[in-house]
Amino acid sequence: MIASILAGETQLYHELIRPYERSVYMMALSYMKNEADAEDVAQEAFLKAFHHLASFRAEARFSTWLVGIALNEARSRLRHERYMRMESIDETREDGAHIAPGILRNWREVPSEALERKEVREMLQKAITSLPDIYREVLLLRDVEELNNVETAAALCITVGNVKVRLHRARMMMQKQLAPLLRNINPKRRWVPWF
Amino acid sequence: MVLDCKHVWDCISGYLDDALPPEMRDVVQKHLDHCEICSAVLDSTRNILILTADDVIFELPVGFSERLHARLDQEMTG
Repeated sequence: MIASILAGETQLYHELIRPYERSVYMMALSYMKNEADAEDVAQEAFLKAFHHLASFRAEARFSTWLVGIALNEARSRLRHERYMRMESIDETREDGAHIAPGILRNWREVPSEALERKEVREMLQKAITSLPDIYREVLLLRDVEELNNVETAAALCITVGNVKVRLHRARMMMQKQLAPLLRNINPKRRWVPWF
Repeated sequence: MVLDCKHVWDCISGYLDDALPPEMRDVVQKHLDHCEICSAVLDSTRNILILTADDVIFELPVGFSERLHARLDQEMTG
């Protein structure tokens, strides 16, 4: 399909990108923190992808390539607007320091029905968007977009080792942040104290 | 080899991805079989990730697709 678009059948681009609209928007929203800016970033990313389609290499996944463009667009926008928080790698612990998890019991059932509640959806959104950038982007690509470690590393221009370390820390941060909040959502469950 | 709880927490991500070396996975599994706290941490982490990956967490705004494709049309024809 990409070859046809490059040959002039540009209307096919609409069909090409439809499966990836949500992924690109989600990545943009996780950076921009508001829907209007995220939509603008997503539109720009799709436009840039169209204009640079000839540079796409078939050995990569199209979704990975698109998400990479969206990430760059969001970062660029944030830098331009001076919204970028100064979170250097040095300041962000990647040294394997322990994160003590939130402790809860009786979580063997998957509480998907909880997502029917707006407060739970907002709680999860807030937990994701509040992660430091380097952890949030890995978590979204690996656990939401379901890219593998190699694809995630390629999209973010980092090593596979860094993907693994950041993913672990991101997951534990999510667990630590959400476990006590979900305790309030599910008061009937038994809980044990935090460490 | 016997692991304490903090070491098991360091292995949870790898355990969930089934990416631990077989010997380490066995040791972690033995700990999980007997430690209610670590078992609960594992279950809660797994379930939080399942919730996080659900499509409803980041829904597209109403009219997103229409606006996107209209803008693309404008750019492609302009």
